[in-house]
Amino acid sequence: MADYTQMWTELGLNHDNHNALLENLGNAYQSIFMTQENRPEGMSYFDFVMSEAHGLRIQELREEQEAGRKIIGSFCVFVPEEIVLAAGCTAVGLCAGADFAQEEVEKVLPRNTCSLIKSFFGFKLGKVCPYMEVSDMIVGENTCDGKKKSFEIFKDMVPNFYQMDLPQTKTPMARQMLKHEFQSFVEKLEEMTGKSISLENLKQGIATVNAKRQALRRLSMLRSADPAPISGLDALLINQIAFLDNPVRFTEKVNALCDELEIKIKENKGAKSSDAPRVVISGCPMAIPNWKIPSIIEATGAVIVGEESCIGERGQRNLTDDSANNIDGIMDSIVDRYFKIDCAVFTPNQERVNHIKEMSQQYNADGVVHYGLQFCQPYIMESFSVEKQLEKENISVLRLETDYSQEDMGQLSTRVEAFVEIIK
Amino acid sequence: MRLAGIDIGSRSIELIVLEDGKVIHSKQAESGYNPIERVKELISDISYDKIMATGYGRGIVEVAFDFPTVTEIKAYGTGAAHLYPGVRSVLDIGGQDTKVISINEKGRVVKFEMNDKCAAGTGKFLEMIATTLGYQTHQIGSEAQKGKEGIEINSMCAVFAESEVTSLLAKGCERNDIALAIHQSVCKRAVGMIRRQNTSSPLMFAGGVANNSCMAQLLEESLGENIIVPEKPQFVGAYGAAMLAGLL
Repeated sequence: MADYTQMWTELGLNHDNHNALLENLGNAYQSIFMTQENRPEGMSYFDFVMSEAHGLRIQELREEQEAGRKIIGSFCVFVPEEIVLAAGCTAVGLCAGADFAQEEVEKVLPRNTCSLIKSFFGFKLGKVCPYMEVSDMIVGENTCDGKKKSFEIFKDMVPNFYQMDLPQTKTPMARQMLKHEFQSFVEKLEEMTGKSISLENLKQGIATVNAKRQALRRLSMLRSADPAPISGLDALLINQIAFLDNPVRFTEKVNALCDELEIKIKENKGAKSSDAPRVVISGCPMAIPNWKIPSIIEATGAVIVGEESCIGERGQRNLTDDSANNIDGIMDSIVDRYFKIDCAVFTPNQERVNHIKEMSQQYNADGVVHYGLQFCQPYIMESFSVEKQLEKENISVLRLETDYSQEDMGQLSTRVEAFVEIIK
Repeated sequence: MRLAGIDIGSRSIELIVLEDGKVIHSKQAESGYNPIERVKELISDISYDKIMATGYGRGIVEVAFDFPTVTEIKAYGTGAAHLYPGVRSVLDIGGQDTKVISINEKGRVVKFEMNDKCAAGTGKFLEMIATTLGYQTHQIGSEAQKGKEGIEINSMCAVFAESEVTSLLAKGCERNDIALAIHQSVCKRAVGMIRRQNTSSPLMFAGGVANNSCMAQLLEESLGENIIVPEKPQFVGAYGAAMLAGLL
């Protein structure tokens, strides 16, 4: 990696903390990803992006800024990327996948807050997330109580914090509210950039994001092959990088990888042995570098064939219809697409259980691992009914509840191994 | 053929050797700080054709001795199903884990639950409380059986429960009454896990804590049914591992 010290200084990162983070991250990446066998060649691009996630990619974003683009950071798949692109801005996902500066975090947040929320506070307080520092605006969204209340504290830590309200039900009123929020978001972006968003801009934004979703969908479908042509860890990594990389380049690289995977499938070459038990993982999002549960699952010899998660199918399924020929019609299409997201903050949320069942059939899964972050009320509450409903259909379920720490690795491994012994 | 099974738990290690299905050796040792050395000692004077390791420490012996391994969940399930054909569920309370395992008609594990990372309701928890009350670990069960009902322990965390016990002692409560209350709280937790999993009967109570007669009695009372307690409940995992070694 080139020397980015000056850039990091300009961004206000804390060097010691940041170096420590990069070293840990590099080591984890080496031991989790680079030790895998039978990796597709196309993964080398994603390895490169990861190695330059805090370097070259940040430099690119700064170059975009110099050319007049604004960088919009967010934490959630409800923030519509097509609108961000239409405004001539770039969307990036912010760091929330590892513990950092825990002692500092616990001065401002209760201990029993989920790891994901604590994580983005830690990255901010420890000054180690270049995406957060490079962002011209950070969008927080009212999903769970944890996030919306923590944003009351977070908003004073960052400049240009923008809060987006979200509905909690799927009623017509709720849809109206989402449309209102998306319209306000359009206005905010227009005010920031000083340019109004045209119909053509919106259509272009939709085209770019739809192409990305289609490429990710293609990757998902290829994983239904037996043996699965790519490990779950690699597929998750690609889904994680979808939030960081340039969307057009990313789409090309995912499609190129899919071409390679199609050949592998024809040659009957899998990422794991042909009798590897197949697992769908469902639940809370796994933000970079949260690879804890997937690495435990795949270390047993099982292969993950799908992620029912925001960083995975929940976030990427459904395209946005771009056929309307006026701005209001296009806004309706965007709202319709996002309104289908089956996040656990909605009630009722039967669609999610239906999707898990569909995915486990589609990808020939032998079992489902439900991953809940400790103190994440929405997903942990749902996990009971997910388990009950799946078991009714004879789908084996393992419910796990954990955080970002490493102290429960032994017990988690035992549970996962025992589950794999059952579904084998 | 001689089959060996070794269960490296957090508190103790059990070794069983079977010859034509009959137990010819059974040995136990404390895990201590160097379980690899303990395993070496345990296997130094025995011979076997096949061996399988299980338990919390199975990973380290897989590396040190190249033993094949299986989780304690499958080992306990298999051991229970061989010892008592027809058994449909197992409650295993060991040194630092509590597990409820459901077994189908064919003796296969179909579902399980395990406590979270904390030690509440496990053998280690009872050991800590025994020390606080001034009992030997093996005494606490029989002492609790002499206790009177009436105290309720509210805290499920091992650390908080210990301070709760200390304050009960300071209030002048009888120690065997407190011991009974502690057993009741552990029992309540285990029964909660059993009920959540909606297990079938008969249930086997295994693991080191099954040697505690008070716990077995309270479980039978709360569940309202007879439970099976094998002769050496802490050896069920090692026995299951030995049976599984035979399938290699």
